[in-house]
Amino acid sequence: MLQLLWLVPAVPFAGALMLAIFGPRMRSKVVAVVGVGTIAVSAVISLLIAGAFLSAPPAAGADTQVLWTWIDVGSFHSAIAFYLDALSLVMVVVVTFVSFLIHLYSTEFMRGDEGYSRFFAYMNLFVASMVTLLLADNLLLLYLGWEGVGLCSYLLIGFWYQDPANGRAGRKAFIVTRVGDTAMAVGLFLLFHRLGTLRIQDLMHAAQSQWPIGSPYAIAAAALLLGGAVGKSAQLPLQTWLPDAMAGPTPTSALIHAATMVTAGVYLIARTHVLFELAPPVQLAVAVVGTATLLMAGFSALTQNDIKRVLAYSTISQIGYMFLALGVGAWGAAIFHFMTHAFFKALLFLAAGIVIEALHHEHNIFRMGGLRKELPVAFWIFLIGGCALAGLPLITAGFYSKDLILWSTANSAAGGMGLWAAGIAGVVLTSLYTFRLIFLVFFGPAATPVTRRPGRAMVIPACVLAFLSIAGGFDRAPFTAFMSTALPGFRDARGGVAEAASSTAAGFAFLAGLLAAWYAYLRNPALGRAAGRNPAGRLLHQFWFSDWGMDWLYDRLFVRPVVWMAAANKADIIDSIYDGLARMAALCHRFLSLTETGKLRWYAAWIAGGSAVVVAIVMFL
Amino acid sequence: MLPIREGFILSGILFTLGLIGVLVRRNLVFALMSIEVMLNAAGLAFVVAGTRWRQPDGQVVFLFILAMAAAEVSVGLALVLELYHQYKSLDTDAISRMRG
Repeated sequence: MLQLLWLVPAVPFAGALMLAIFGPRMRSKVVAVVGVGTIAVSAVISLLIAGAFLSAPPAAGADTQVLWTWIDVGSFHSAIAFYLDALSLVMVVVVTFVSFLIHLYSTEFMRGDEGYSRFFAYMNLFVASMVTLLLADNLLLLYLGWEGVGLCSYLLIGFWYQDPANGRAGRKAFIVTRVGDTAMAVGLFLLFHRLGTLRIQDLMHAAQSQWPIGSPYAIAAAALLLGGAVGKSAQLPLQTWLPDAMAGPTPTSALIHAATMVTAGVYLIARTHVLFELAPPVQLAVAVVGTATLLMAGFSALTQNDIKRVLAYSTISQIGYMFLALGVGAWGAAIFHFMTHAFFKALLFLAAGIVIEALHHEHNIFRMGGLRKELPVAFWIFLIGGCALAGLPLITAGFYSKDLILWSTANSAAGGMGLWAAGIAGVVLTSLYTFRLIFLVFFGPAATPVTRRPGRAMVIPACVLAFLSIAGGFDRAPFTAFMSTALPGFRDARGGVAEAASSTAAGFAFLAGLLAAWYAYLRNPALGRAAGRNPAGRLLHQFWFSDWGMDWLYDRLFVRPVVWMAAANKADIIDSIYDGLARMAALCHRFLSLTETGKLRWYAAWIAGGSAVVVAIVMFL
Repeated sequence: MLPIREGFILSGILFTLGLIGVLVRRNLVFALMSIEVMLNAAGLAFVVAGTRWRQPDGQVVFLFILAMAAAEVSVGLALVLELYHQYKSLDTDAISRMRG
């Protein structure tokens, strides 16, 4: 069964090729069958592989499938090879399964769009790239998948390219993530230069045996890889692209910008965890970056009025939790949170898509309201997703995964009570903005009439995800045990905080956020308006609304100088040298062509004069 | 025996006269005649030089020049005839359509 592994990326890739070549001539039914069918095949195969892997684990807990040699130059060898262990298995199963549900949802969401086949071609290509990234046996192949998902992200953000704002958002995402990708590429060069291989497992063994803990090379390599992860996973300071990425179609936001691609950074760090363990300062930086991001994004989410931007900031914040977990060495907890997050965040985006469609593409939550009775299905699934996001104690999967992260933070050597308290504050914020969203959209007076109701293809995937958002976290002991075959288990360094105490604190934090949201948005809506009139409140709102002024800062620091230089060098100073050469040649040509008069006697005179000159030269020189 | 100095001076005068004719006369036939003069000036120089060093080469080259001049004149006159058909004129300045 494990031999079928190559089909998991190959089938979606074939689907993407087919749709790219024949898509425009296919009927939309056929496009949907190809687009969803390939992902379904991929998901089924990955489930079968998971079954085989669990029932008969391969030796050493991992299996490698070499397809062919990709590059073989000197001492540099790179193969197209897939590596399957507990980590990549969990990621692949979640990615293909969630992708399948979202593709199914898209068949209805995108119906009637003129780019129907183009959309599915991009989405299939995305799944193929993402699976390649996850299964890659060496960092070069991983980088290929990494850039592939970046490309698909760019294409899908700018999917409705007729609107220049969407194209701008796509370019922004591409360029900002490119900053991180460049750091990562330099990191790969460094690793290859020092350790002579890019095969991940060989690399990890070599690093462990050659570099002591805290060696400068390990720190540099880990920091550069962290740069790549920060860019792709929209963490501080490169998080500015993700909110703008919401310009893409909602299924794209659900799949790429919430459930799968943005967690690639988490995967990268987990995959190369040995390097990070060899570089304690960088690992601490991972935790600090995650904590700072989760708080900043939480405050920003509080002030947004676009339903998708609120969810985008919540994604940034939740990935911050995953980074926090990675930073304190709770590798399994990070992957666990990745899994539950993929379920409930995809669910939230799908529900948001239903709401947006029903209100005729209305994104502003202040023009929504009272949808609880109009769209009961959307309300319930959104409520389930929201509760999982905010961490409703004891019931939702999100609570269990986040709780594990918080408890690990409190007890790890690198973490401590400071980071734990920040995480708890993050829970309050998450609960507050989530229920602000729910209360504004589904409660209160109706503001916009409902024009369209979701069909089965949109409701069923959402219901499956809603089920998983609750059931996905119940039994975490086997998951953690399974994870420990690929990642080191969590080392309880302090043991000071009991899990029950941490859970109780998180539960109360959830409740505090819920009550605050209830008071501010249902019980006493005048409160928010009063805060808006207060100049200090308005300033703060403006500050958080603009993502802590980061876009403004980057605009001044990087965008404007570059645009200015481009404008100053519009004539291309270097190019003017070559232009001058051409102009000189043209001038000489014009001068010489003046001598060509057509007068025979002049020609004869020139010949005579020229001969005289030649004879003179021969005689006198 | 021809004195070489005077022979070359005569040859130079003839050559210059021919060149002036080519440059000054606008009639094509006269230009051709001037070229003949120049050729003969060159031939004279060969003959003079040949007698000075008592070599037959000078005479031989003169025969070559004669043959070449005959060929040149036949081609040149054919061109002159054709040009006259085309332009009804032999003025070289009038026939100046090929220019840059």
